Amino acid sequence: MTRDIAVVSVAQSQEKALTHTTEVELMVPIINEARGAVGFTQDDIGFTCSGSSDFLAGQAFSFVHTLDAVGAVPPISESHVEMDGAWALYESWVKLQIGGIDTALVYSYGKSSPGSLRDVLSTQLDPYYLGPLWPDAFAMAALQARIMLESGVVNEQRLAEIAVRSLNGAADNPLAVRSSADATVDSVLAEEPIADPLRPSDCAASADGGVAVVLAAGDRARELCERPAWIRGIDHRIDPHQPGVRDLTRAPSARKAAVEAGAGNDRLDAAELAAPFTTQEHILEAELGLGSDTAVNATGGALAGHTMMAAGLMRIADAARQIHDGRADRVLGHAASGLFLQQNLVCVMEGE
Amino acid sequence: MSADPSIPPAALSGEVRLPEKLADVEPVRSVRTPIRLEYDFIPGSASSGYLNAFADRKILGQRSPVDGAVFVPPRGVDPRHGAATPDYVELPDTGHVGGFCVTRLPIPGRDDLEIPYVSAWIHLDGADIGFLGLVAGIDTSEVRMGMRVRAVWKPDDQLGRTAENILYWEPTGEPDIPVTAAGTNAWHAKQAAESGEQAAGEEG
Repeated sequence: MTRDIAVVSVAQSQEKALTHTTEVELMVPIINEARGAVGFTQDDIGFTCSGSSDFLAGQAFSFVHTLDAVGAVPPISESHVEMDGAWALYESWVKLQIGGIDTALVYSYGKSSPGSLRDVLSTQLDPYYLGPLWPDAFAMAALQARIMLESGVVNEQRLAEIAVRSLNGAADNPLAVRSSADATVDSVLAEEPIADPLRPSDCAASADGGVAVVLAAGDRARELCERPAWIRGIDHRIDPHQPGVRDLTRAPSARKAAVEAGAGNDRLDAAELAAPFTTQEHILEAELGLGSDTAVNATGGALAGHTMMAAGLMRIADAARQIHDGRADRVLGHAASGLFLQQNLVCVMEGE
Repeated sequence: MSADPSIPPAALSGEVRLPEKLADVEPVRSVRTPIRLEYDFIPGSASSGYLNAFADRKILGQRSPVDGAVFVPPRGVDPRHGAATPDYVELPDTGHVGGFCVTRLPIPGRDDLEIPYVSAWIHLDGADIGFLGLVAGIDTSEVRMGMRVRAVWKPDDQLGRTAENILYWEPTGEPDIPVTAAGTNAWHAKQAAESGEQAAGEEG
């Protein structure tokens, strides 16, 4: 039997580049906002878990520094994953399932502006065969896009529609770093490709930022939040690391995660997808079985601002917020990790 | 396939069978895959204030909004409480040795350091935590906890926005402060007293 666990509070911040702020300075107000919204100090938190990668800013043990933003004195129960914060949320959910605690603080952040993210991402490739070739992230995504276009699973018109959906939806989203109320399919198709066939609007706008989420179990959640976002299903699946063995027009792990999380058991009002490219957003919509009655990335999604290591937890936070304020009754938050959507996590949340 | 975990997988046991034509080829024993990534370091708000002040021969700390504790170098946060520390405090360049070690081995790339040398936690007057510095101008066997020191700065025309402006710390010749009040001992005693507990003297 599983415990009922809900997202009761979220806080996030995102901008194009943090040029005068450390990760610690970034996270202090975000963590305090998330805890403060439910009247918490760190003493009220049973478990703390974070997600980040030192490769982004090129600073060793930056995640240890960032604990300064939490206030880890006296010593706290804490963990870290070298993954998007969505996986830190998953670990916290498991920890809450085990019992003994009723609350958890989850946070993640990414500051990739000090380096060249498209090159840094090459370090996630296997170190013997692909890594030494240093294919940058845009080139790899373009390779996938070419296969998708040539095999007919998508066309340029459809990719441009996804880009426009993000650009238009982000126009009123203060967290978005790229938006355009005037963008049209024609204006996107008129863009010069940066990694043929991908155009600038096909690639997520890189951002720096952070996000914090408070989880609570059972009645504790009801005390803290007027309308908790109950996690009804959460699942993580992985496709092979070696891209050569995969059908790059598909993401079976996304489909499996959605099935296991029970995404299709009822109508979904909204889905927030962490796809760094329009091509991958297209794949996800198909694999997750999202229909026309589900609003997908209504405020721009990850395309409008992609904070590496936090984009997934930000999507879960965006989805939970729609439950909190009554805009939706059943939502899906998605996180991805690795090359070509290799890893996928699906979190289905409901209001009461 | 064996289910016994004490038996290593075939790939590690030397039983790997190669195709005939590779039988006499020298096996690959290592591969080199150089990695080079460049970053622009961003010191952030608190460290920028700290480093900029060094150009004016000033040492800046930050004050905790929770209990007034002064931290140097400043990091923008009181790590005990996760509270932002926007207020800077200018500190004097005098203090005492809160702890030290004598190193008798050279550090690669630091030919300027003559061994033996003394690394010490320098506790500035008015600061509640120490920071790292070199102690010189005294025989290494004479260095002790509680010894009063002052900064020896580079000449004014060589000052930059860097902590390297302080060449080392030298004894002032003033009387030592008691070991029980040196380093973090004084701070911990103060905190214990403030929280109503018995000021623990065992650490001294």
